[in-house]
Amino acid sequence: MKRLLGLAAFAAALIASPAQAQQITVKIGVMSDMSSLYSDIGGPGSVAAAKLAIADFTKNNPNVKVELISADHQNKADVGSNIVNQWYDVEKVDLVIDVPNSGVAFAVSQIAANKNKVFIVSGAAASDLTGSKCNANTVHWTYDTWMLANGTGTALVKTGGDTWFFLTADYAFGHALERDTAAAVEKANGKIVGKVRHPLNTSDFSSFLLQAQASKAKVIGLANAGGDTINSIKQGAEFGIVKGGQKFAGLLVFASDVNALGLQTAQGLTLTETWYWDANDANRAWTKRWQGERPGKFPTMVQAGVYAGITHYLKAVVALKSATDGKAVVAQMKALPTDDPLFGKGTIRADGRKVHDAYLFEVKSPAESKYPGDFYKLRATIPADQAFRPLKEGSCPLVSG
Amino acid sequence: MERVDPAAVMAPPAQQTRSLSEPIAFVVMVLALVIAPYFFYPMFVMQALCFALFACAFNLLIGYGGLLSFGHALYFGWASYIAAHLAKVGTISFPIWYGSPKWHWATIPLPPLSPELAILGGTLAGGMLGLIAGTLAIRRQGIYFAMITLALAQMMYFFALQAPFTGGEDGIQGVPRGKILGVIDLADPTNLYVTVLVIFLVGFLLIYRIIHSPFGEVLKAIRENEARAISLGYKTDRYKLMAFVLSATLAGLAGSTKAIVLQIASLTDVNWPMSGEVVLMALVGGLGTVFGPVAGAFIVIAMQNYLAQIGQWVTVIQGTIFVLCVLLFRRGVVGELANLLRIRL
Repeated sequence: MKRLLGLAAFAAALIASPAQAQQITVKIGVMSDMSSLYSDIGGPGSVAAAKLAIADFTKNNPNVKVELISADHQNKADVGSNIVNQWYDVEKVDLVIDVPNSGVAFAVSQIAANKNKVFIVSGAAASDLTGSKCNANTVHWTYDTWMLANGTGTALVKTGGDTWFFLTADYAFGHALERDTAAAVEKANGKIVGKVRHPLNTSDFSSFLLQAQASKAKVIGLANAGGDTINSIKQGAEFGIVKGGQKFAGLLVFASDVNALGLQTAQGLTLTETWYWDANDANRAWTKRWQGERPGKFPTMVQAGVYAGITHYLKAVVALKSATDGKAVVAQMKALPTDDPLFGKGTIRADGRKVHDAYLFEVKSPAESKYPGDFYKLRATIPADQAFRPLKEGSCPLVSG
Repeated sequence: MERVDPAAVMAPPAQQTRSLSEPIAFVVMVLALVIAPYFFYPMFVMQALCFALFACAFNLLIGYGGLLSFGHALYFGWASYIAAHLAKVGTISFPIWYGSPKWHWATIPLPPLSPELAILGGTLAGGMLGLIAGTLAIRRQGIYFAMITLALAQMMYFFALQAPFTGGEDGIQGVPRGKILGVIDLADPTNLYVTVLVIFLVGFLLIYRIIHSPFGEVLKAIRENEARAISLGYKTDRYKLMAFVLSATLAGLAGSTKAIVLQIASLTDVNWPMSGEVVLMALVGGLGTVFGPVAGAFIVIAMQNYLAQIGQWVTVIQGTIFVLCVLLFRRGVVGELANLLRIRL
């Protein structure tokens, strides 16, 4: 049956080929948190970014036909793996992208490898995705926990924050971020005095914050993200943590979180990002188009990563003229240098890690902010070759050979 | 939540003569399940089968024993954790305490087990948990019974959240399917489907047998009037405990099978909404009917599956259906059908 279909396709291609370039059909699934604590980081904004990427690409490559579907994984690994199984098996999806939740991302990554499809991570952070749990079907685009730790963690220790207490989201992402940050802090001669783990998507942080307060650590490292970070900073203000002389380190803070917190609360936070909407003209122009779908919001680096990831994926598919063999497509993605309007030129390493510059930002005070969305001032640029974990230290089986 | 009074929504009065309707319905069901994977996504059907068995196990308790457990996720979820752990890791470590001020860790070194042993382990774990929870819970009736089962289930939920081997929010992922008895490779979709179908049918027939045994008759008597059953000399507590343990064991079988099929055991399965979902399945299908929970499970899982695109609205729709069921057809889909045709299903 398969052979027959192949023959038929081949014959069809033969008939069609003289007239025009070969038609390629690709199906992309954006899986994200559409309704809960990470929905502003990825969510509908990622779908909007994917639409832009597809529109831009098919304009120049009319022989490529791209279908887009999306789903909500509800931050549950079982829901996520159900959807992805079905996407790959029934819907014939070739690429799954985004997945902001490392727990779900690990499940998706495994399924992608089993079924030989492609998975581009933009929303999830755990550095193990390109470390011990890497595979030949997964590309990690935007950022990861090692990069965040290396950026924010090291910077804070250098400015005197040498004792740390961690408030960690109790799942793969939080654990990875805590581990990587602790390593960065200790490397910079800082000390970890304690840690406490909270369930994902909690509304009450009081007991965790009181423990952090009692620890007398200079820095309270928030190894969580999205709604959890927003809630812990807001509730921390009510306990007078910042007034008491302790400092919050938002290890993963997105533009959308700053927007939600308000500059009054967020000012002075140091954070690391790989993309900022107001960094250059290309980003601003893209943001304007993106806001056509998401009025009043500001895109995060995750959403930019979805755009760039899809663009590069489609380039690789066109080069191969087929999207069926996931491993081959990812190999092609690694072979081609990346170049897109948002992240500029870069490469994808053997372990699946996309490398580009990272930026250390500080959140402006309300007085410094001149217009809506004017969130950050740039403190430092970490060049691509230093921003991410060195290839050899990741213990990814693909690297050792 | 309104208290569900099983007696009020029960199937039509049982006929004394054995009718043919049940065997015929059984054959129809088996045929439908044999051809189902050609029309639907097999993974979906297998998942629905696991939940169908779970709902049947739950129905054994509420539909025939009149005991509304609101913590059945405990047996389902923990069995899936145990099965997933046995299949993936094998080695068991647990803390023991013997007098000294410190806990000691005992370790039973085991290789990753084959799927049939993993499922067996999970099922036994479900039964053991059922024995413990049941012993405590059957001392109370009605709403208090439901609350005790819920409390115990939530206790074990938080244990699952904190225990290192369950993987917290990530769950146990990438559970290997392995080979049954080292021969039947479950990586093959057909083998997997047949295995799940056989497990489901064995569980289903076992429940059918239990319901129609003298034990089942006593259970029904207790459901109708416990005081009278006591006055007839039955030790009703023992019957209730037995029913509880059987139900928990079969829920465990369903949970373990699900872990092998979906290759994941997660907090969803052990959390309280799962306990509510199984009540919904049994209620939509028809409490106290043999086939009702199967139909209910397929309806609920199909809703979750095919309405997944609309995200959180699924819960709202589920709630609406639940309300409609309670208001309009209290006997459930199968119960109403049976009533209409004046047969037993």
